[in-house]
Amino acid sequence: MLGRLQVPPTAKKGEPFEIRVLVQHPMETGFRRDMNGQSIPMHIVNKLSCTYGGRKVFSAEMGTGMSANPYMSFYAVAQASGEVVVEWSDDRGDTGRVTATIQVS
Amino acid sequence: MRLAAILAAAALTGAIAQEPPRPYPSKGGIEFQSPTVRAMQVDEFANPGLLWVERGQASWNQRCVGCHGDAKQSMKGASARHPRFDPVLGRVVNLEQRIDACIVTKQKAAPLPYESEELLGLTAFVGAQSRGIPMQVSIDGPGRATYERGKALYNERQGQFNLACHHCHDSNYGRKMLHDTVSQGHPVDWPAYRLEWQTMGSLHRRLRACYFGVRAEMPPYGAPDLVALELYLGARAQGLAASVPGVRR
Repeated sequence: MLGRLQVPPTAKKGEPFEIRVLVQHPMETGFRRDMNGQSIPMHIVNKLSCTYGGRKVFSAEMGTGMSANPYMSFYAVAQASGEVVVEWSDDRGDTGRVTATIQVS
Repeated sequence: MRLAAILAAAALTGAIAQEPPRPYPSKGGIEFQSPTVRAMQVDEFANPGLLWVERGQASWNQRCVGCHGDAKQSMKGASARHPRFDPVLGRVVNLEQRIDACIVTKQKAAPLPYESEELLGLTAFVGAQSRGIPMQVSIDGPGRATYERGKALYNERQGQFNLACHHCHDSNYGRKMLHDTVSQGHPVDWPAYRLEWQTMGSLHRRLRACYFGVRAEMPPYGAPDLVALELYLGARAQGLAASVPGVRR
């Protein structure tokens, strides 16, 4: 699944930095019907988590109230240079993963 | 009450002037959006349309890069010049149809259907190479008849509401309708991510939504009438810079 992840390329140790995530997903609620009156089955990303340097810094459980193509932004405190990894999975078992590296000075 | 006033004003204007003056100064659709939507469009990360641009880039690298090379150079300004007359096809085509024609004639592959994720992606990716380039469609020469057809459609009353495009977009832009601000109807920034649709959509989808709004029969995607209207709108928006992918409410 397609996703975008943005972290600042560099940060100072001890300072918070912003992590932004955008996931492409229809986020069907399961309550809608198509042009023929058939109900459209639910299809949502229900789990998303973010690790920084191997440690979990953020996780979310999403429901049907989220918009399509969910966008999230949160903060972590810069400790050491490392990889930020965001992984998510939807209710059909499809998963996605994006990574970015941050240099901490 | 207010809607009634707008409709009455629209009817009056239509009765007096056959062709009302074009809006001046020209403003792109984003100028009529709320500050949050505008912030979303200019955000180089959070604009959801960029997901389609990325997808389009992947398709480009698969399908198009062999002939066209780096899109930054080869596709610069391409979407600002469309719709345009295609001498091989012998008719005016828009960007979607141009891409499909290339796929069918050069790659001998099946055309991408309108509103498919891949065609939206490719159009958005090609459109994004024309950011900041003013609209410059040609209406002289063989495309003239199509332009005239588009102009006639624009000024023709349609649907159960009996409204022409100019009633809203020339005479009443900037005013509220159904809690949304009426724009000047310029086709820049398309394909755009529309929050109402929760997805990317082509200009034809947007035009069809207007047809639906005045309770007129919607032409099918890629219909000659929609292309003609698109050409007229392109000429009407001459000089306005596009910023694909747009974000609309």
